[in-house]
Parts: sequence; structure tokens; C-alpha cells
Amino acid sequence: MSILQVSGIKKSYGGIRALTGCTMTFEEGAINGLIGPNGSGKTTLFNVISGYEVADEGQVILRGKDITNAKPDQVFAAGLGRTFQITRIFARLTVLENLHVAAQRRGFMSQLRSWKSAAERQHAMEVLDFVGLTRLADEPAGGLSYGQQKLLEFAFIMIAKPSIMLLDEPAGGVNPTLLRGLADRIRTLNADGTTFVIVEHDMEFVMRLCDHVSVMHQGRALTGGPPEQVRSDPAVLEAYLGTDSADIEEVS
Amino acid sequence: MLVLQAIIDGILVGGFYALMAGGLTLVFGVMDIVNFAQGILVVLGAYLSYALYSHLHIDPFLGLLITIPVMFGVGITVYWTMIKPIKRERVIMSLLTMFAVGTAVEGILDYIFTSNLVAIHTSYVNASVRLGSLVFPSIYLYAFVMSVLILGGVYYLLYRTRFGRSLRASMQNPTAARLVGINTDWVSAFTLGIGVGLAAAGGMVFGLTNSFDAASSYDLISRLLAIVILGGFGSLSGALVASILMLVIQDVVAVVWSPTWGQTTFYIVLVLVLLIRPQGLLGRKAVRAQ
Amino acid sequence: MTAIDVTPVGAAAPEHVPYEPPAAVRRGGTALVLVLLIVFPLLFSNPAVTSIGVFSMIFLVAACGWNIFSGYSGYISIGHAAYYGIGQYTVALLVLHLKVAAGWDTFTLLPVAGLIAAVLAVPIGFVLLRVRKHTFIILTVAVMFILQLLAFNLTSWTNGSGGLELPFPTWSGSFFNEPFYYIGLAAAVVACVVSWWVRRSKYGLGLLSIRDDEDRARGLGIRTTRTKLIAYALSAFFVGIAGGLYAPFVGSVYPQFGFDPNFDLAVAVLVFVGGIGTLSGPVIGTLLLIPLQQYFYLQFGNDNLFLIAYGVLFILILRLLPGGVAPAVTQLYRRVLVARRLRATEPPAPPGTPAAPGEAERKEGTP
Repeated sequence: MSILQVSGIKKSYGGIRALTGCTMTFEEGAINGLIGPNGSGKTTLFNVISGYEVADEGQVILRGKDITNAKPDQVFAAGLGRTFQITRIFARLTVLENLHVAAQRRGFMSQLRSWKSAAERQHAMEVLDFVGLTRLADEPAGGLSYGQQKLLEFAFIMIAKPSIMLLDEPAGGVNPTLLRGLADRIRTLNADGTTFVIVEHDMEFVMRLCDHVSVMHQGRALTGGPPEQVRSDPAVLEAYLGTDSADIEEVS
Repeated sequence: MLVLQAIIDGILVGGFYALMAGGLTLVFGVMDIVNFAQGILVVLGAYLSYALYSHLHIDPFLGLLITIPVMFGVGITVYWTMIKPIKRERVIMSLLTMFAVGTAVEGILDYIFTSNLVAIHTSYVNASVRLGSLVFPSIYLYAFVMSVLILGGVYYLLYRTRFGRSLRASMQNPTAARLVGINTDWVSAFTLGIGVGLAAAGGMVFGLTNSFDAASSYDLISRLLAIVILGGFGSLSGALVASILMLVIQDVVAVVWSPTWGQTTFYIVLVLVLLIRPQGLLGRKAVRAQ
Repeated sequence: MTAIDVTPVGAAAPEHVPYEPPAAVRRGGTALVLVLLIVFPLLFSNPAVTSIGVFSMIFLVAACGWNIFSGYSGYISIGHAAYYGIGQYTVALLVLHLKVAAGWDTFTLLPVAGLIAAVLAVPIGFVLLRVRKHTFIILTVAVMFILQLLAFNLTSWTNGSGGLELPFPTWSGSFFNEPFYYIGLAAAVVACVVSWWVRRSKYGLGLLSIRDDEDRARGLGIRTTRTKLIAYALSAFFVGIAGGLYAPFVGSVYPQFGFDPNFDLAVAVLVFVGGIGTLSGPVIGTLLLIPLQQYFYLQFGNDNLFLIAYGVLFILILRLLPGGVAPAVTQLYRRVLVARRLRATEPPAPPGTPAAPGEAERKEGTP
């Protein structure tokens, strides 16, 4: 059953055509990888899906709901969380405060009360525990290392319990130990039912982690399938020719 | 008839406002900084022209040969000492810094010249040209011609010279500009120099056509900023159009309604335009995230 | 599951070192300042001195209010004199038209002044907050000048440049300043309490997230327009009250002193010096600078000295200490603590041992 579908997405910036009719389906409960050479439009697709950009044409359907022109907060409320290539966290707030920004509350009076109730704080600490940032709870987020900031971003998307998480290059610039930890956590959350769509250049990471891999090229979907099938697909190798073909061959 | 006179007056005055506003918008377009001190720098230019005239009897138009290079140098100095060292949050920090610089300069000018209103009274200040039943003060005409020439010169600089190309490149993409070897620091410094030089020219006319003191800068900077917002940050042609438009509206309202309301319409037009188009009349929608 | 080592980069201390002084210190400090402010007029009865106190309180209310918006949201307003003037004119007009008695009765108008300012702030803020941060700053100035021009032009209401006169209360000379001082102090306490409460509320967290990354905050569900607007109206409320206190104190309202660009400059510098966006920043900045400013004004009486001094001070603070005094002090405190803990965890070198083995031990001890 597909949780997220994009069909015919087109997006241009002046003369640059970032997405040229992209159609893809992402299965619920799977860890989906999204790969493709630089400039194939992966981040743009993420931006369109999560509402940070508006597509020129096409449709985005999440869980049967049309979210094509939805704003980022509406997409977030619909259960889709998204991280950024260059981490976007709240640098002057502490790690704990960062998490609580994303923690949703209903009702006017609740806005007036302290930002952490006992229950919320406990939940936040659990999430922090899960990503291993407990010790840094009261550190200003701006002081964290790059890898730690990625974990923090992961955490505060998590805290809203989204049904699908879009991760934009979560492995970029992260050391191997942290990376293994990240992969573990993605698997754990996935076992609990969260769907993932992960844009990555780190082929080993993608091939080991993902159930299904989609490949983008020149603004549209090229092909998709299980990792082994994709990595031996000559069309994929050709798309990467001259760039990352060495990575793919190494993993094969 | 009165309205026609007002319209033409507005166009003429709008010309030299375009000089001052042009300096402001150019600086923002290249460096992303709002030179909040532009108002007081215009007044500084006016005081310089005034001093040259009253003490050395140098005609203000000729005096520009001195004041413009001096103010150009001031602009470059301000860039290196005040703007370049800013590391984070450039737009807001530089805006506040220039606000502070402008304040300090105002205090100094007020200290030196006191709050007595002065004006540059050359012999031809009261001369006028008649065209049928329309009367134009000669200085408005001279100023308009001069503004057109100077703005034309700036256009030439921007679009026909290598420096201009570097400047426009820095405007569009500072990182890429640096990658191809453009020294964006010097481009920025020169741009601020040009902006302040334009203020000197505008200041000279301002001193000829108004009695002023240091506090005149407040009214000026508000108007200049209104013009720049309306015309769109970074657009020279926008500054020209907006200057003329606003001055015409102001003068027509002053004639049709009352002079005091003429001043206020400046801001009212600004607010109205922003209600409909937050990016100004000719500005492009800002792409940068806040 | 693979453990993730998240030792903070660059941390030398084995345990977590707090970023703030302990609660006892903070509460004690606040109480001390409060007590000192309460007894201040009782210790100094010289009216010149207590009038400095009154101005300090007026600016304290304004600074706290201004900080609630500009400090917490990151949208710097240098046009809040708009609300200072609205507060002044509100009180003046009410006093003149409703024939409110000078003295204690006039103080009842303070909340009204604040409310009118806040109510007017809503539509103004709604227009202003639609634009980018730098355009916003400029527009705040424009709005302030619009109001100043209106004050000059709507002479049937405001008497234009002739200004409005308020009757002085008939209190005796040496006592005169004290009611103003204590009412001002009460208003300042309220402003600080509101500021503190905003900081710790869920609403305030949303406001602060806007400061750091507005688009990201919006993406996470923060209703940014509403959040900013509420803070804007709240800050206008307090600045309006400051104006409402100023008018009866000086006895007159003029367009250029109601809608006064110097007020904007002063408030911005005060809060930046103290620490913008912090709780104690406005208090520190005001109590440091206003007495100095008033003293120099009484001695030298000149406007341009104020401009030069504040202009230069602002430049220096923006360059050297943009965070302000309060964060610098807490950082210093933290550094001292960290250094002390480092020394405490060092095993003492046995007497007579050369330096090298001691250093090796220290290297092993550090996590």
C-alpha cells in the first residue's frame, strides 16, 4: 500500500528545469532509498513534497490526501517530517528546547503554560535517549557538532510521531560509528511502523538499509526496485557514469 | 495648471532624489546592507558644499569635484572599518551599525554646526525660468540635468565597464563571483563609495533647495527608504521611477490638498503599496530565507 | 543497538556544567535588585536624583516591553516610539477631555494608554510583519514618522506643534517624584514578570524559534504570524504605559518628544548593551545607562552629546559584544566554573616528579 505518491511533478527555476515530470510511489512501512546523480532533483522533490516549494505542475498525495499545495506546517501536521541537507535547528535554544518546539499542543490555555509538562519532558528525554543525546539536553544546539545536529534534527522530527520521515542526506559528513547508530535507529523506528524516504549519496548506507531504492535522473524517475536489482541495472550505471559509478561497483 | 506645475516640479525634484535613493539601493543590491546613514551622509554632503561655498566661495556645482571624491573615500573607509568586520547576520547587523554610525555623525554635525538652519545661497538660487505660465527655479533644472548625467554615468559604469560587470556579478552571486576571481571586498567598498558619492551630489542640491540642519536627516532617510522599498531593493531603475512617482504625488497632493499632507502621503503610499505587494513595485520576490 | 558517543566537542569537564547561575543565585540577585529599587527614593531624597529614578523606571518598562518583541522574536523595531507617543497622547487627551484630576487619578489612565497602544499595534503589526526582517526594521521607522506627522498635522486633536499641556499634581517639591517612581517601579515589575512568563511558556518557545529559523519554525507548526503579532502588541502595551507615565511627569506632550527618534535609539542601545533577548538584559542596560544619560544631560544639557555617545556605544556593542553584558557575564561565570572543575579532577603530581609523567596522567584522566 503506498503512503506517498507523486505524479508528474514539474518545477523550474528560470531556465533550470529541476523536475521534469517526476512520478514515484513510496510503499508504506518500507525504508525507501532515493538516489541519483547530483542535479537529478532529489532535494527539490523533497522541498515540493514537504511544502517548502510549490510545484509548477503535478500532484502529491499523502495517505490519500492531496497535499500538493500545502504549506510546510500543514504537511507536518499531516504526518510527514523532513530533515535538511544542511541541518536546520534552532541554534540559540538548548537541545531540549529544540525538541519541545516540535512537540504539539492543543488549545489556547496550553500555550500560556510552561513549555515542558512532566509528560512532555519525559517523552522528550526518551527521544533524546533514543538518539543518544541525553547528556547534551541543556547544551545550546549551536554548539553541537555536525553529526550531533543531524541527530537532533532527526529527534525533533521524531517527537511529533510522524508516519513518514523524509531524510535528506542523513549520512553526509557523519563518522562511521554515528552512521551505524543512525541506521540502527532508522530500522527500529521502521519496525514500529514509520515509513522512510532517504536521499543519500553514500551507496553502502543505502544498499544496506533500504528495502526499495528509486533512482532519479534529470528531474524524473529513472527506475526503482530492490537494492540488488538497482545496483546492477545498466541504465542506473549509465546515469552515474563518470560520477559515482565507482561507488556502485564497489558495493556490488 | 497648478497641478501641471506640481507634476513637473515633482519630476525635477524626483531626479535628484533618485541620486540619493540610487546610492541606497545600489548598496543593498550588491552587499545586502541597508545604509541607514544615507540620510545623514546627504546632510554631510550638503554641509561640505555649504562650507566650501561660504568659506572658500567655490560654486557648489564645481565643489562637487571635491565633495564627491571626499565622500567616496568616506564610503570606502566606512566599508572597511564598519561593514567588513561583521561576521554574522550581515543584513541586520549592518543595518543597525549604519544606524548607529548615522546617529553619531548626526551628533557630530549638530555639535559643529549647531541647530541653526543653513542653506547654500548662491546668486542664482532665486533665478527661474519661465515657460508660458509655468515657472521653474533654475536650480531645479540644473539639478535635474546633473542628476540625469550622473545617473547616466552610473548606468554606463554598471553596464559598459569591467568593474560594472564585477559589480553585477557580485550582486547576483557573491560566491560565484569570488570563484571567478572578483575581489568582492573591493567591489563592495567601491559600491559603498559610489553610494556615498551619490549622496554627496544629492546633498549639494539638497543644500541649495532647502534650509537644513543635522536633524533634516530623519525626514530624508525615511523618504529615501520609502522610495527604495517601493522601487525594489537593488533596482536602480526602480529607484528612479519611485523617486519621480513619489515626488510627483507629494507635490500634487500639496497643491490640491495641503502642503502638510503632501509629506504624509509619502508614507501612506508606501503602506498602501506594501499591503498589496510586499516586495515593492518593481522588486523581485526575495528568494533568500530570513 | 550501537551506542553513540556524544561527548560534547571541546568539553573538558566530565560532568555537565550549567549555563546559568544556580536558581538560588538568580533569585537572590533579583530580590536584591528589587529591594534596592524599593528603598532607593527613601535613601536619596534629592529631587534631581529621584527624577533620574523616575526616568529609569519609565525606560525600564519600555525596555522590558521592547525586548519581549524585538529580543525574543529577532525582529528589531526601531520605531516603537510610535507607541510611546500614542501612550503620551492618550493620557494627555483623556486628562484634558475627561478632566481627570492631576495626581493619583491620572495613574489610572496608564492601563488605558497601554491598551490603546496595543490595540493600534495589531493592525500596524499585521501590515509590518508581512515583510522580511530588514524591510520590517525600516518600516517601523516609517510608521513612527507617519504618526509624528499626523501629530503635527491633526491640530484639532493634538494642537500640532503647540503641544498639549497637562496640569501638574499639587504634591510638594521633595515628594513629587515618589509616586511617579513607585508606579513606574510597579509597572516595570509587571513588565519583567510578563517577560519571564513569556520566556518559560510554550508560546514563548515558539517566539524564540522564530528568532533562530522562522521558516523551520513554521514548518514545525508554529503559527508565526499570530505569534509575532501577539508579542508585538504586548510590547506596544508596555511602551504605551511608559509614555503614559512620561506625559504627566513632564507635564506636556509634543509631537517630536512623543514620537521621538531618540527614544528608539535609547531603548535599542539599552537592551543591546544589557543583553538582547535575555531576561535580565533590559534591566541591566537600563540601570547602567539611564542614570548616566540623565546625569550627563543635567550637567551638559546637550542633545548632540547624547547622539554621539549612544551612537558610538551602539557601534562598540554591535562590534565587540553583540550579545550584551548579561550573556557575557554568564559565560565568564561558566568559564570560571569549568576551569575550577578541571583543576579539581586533576590528580595532584607527586612531589619531586618532573612535569612529563604528570601530564600523561592528565591526558588519561580526560574523557
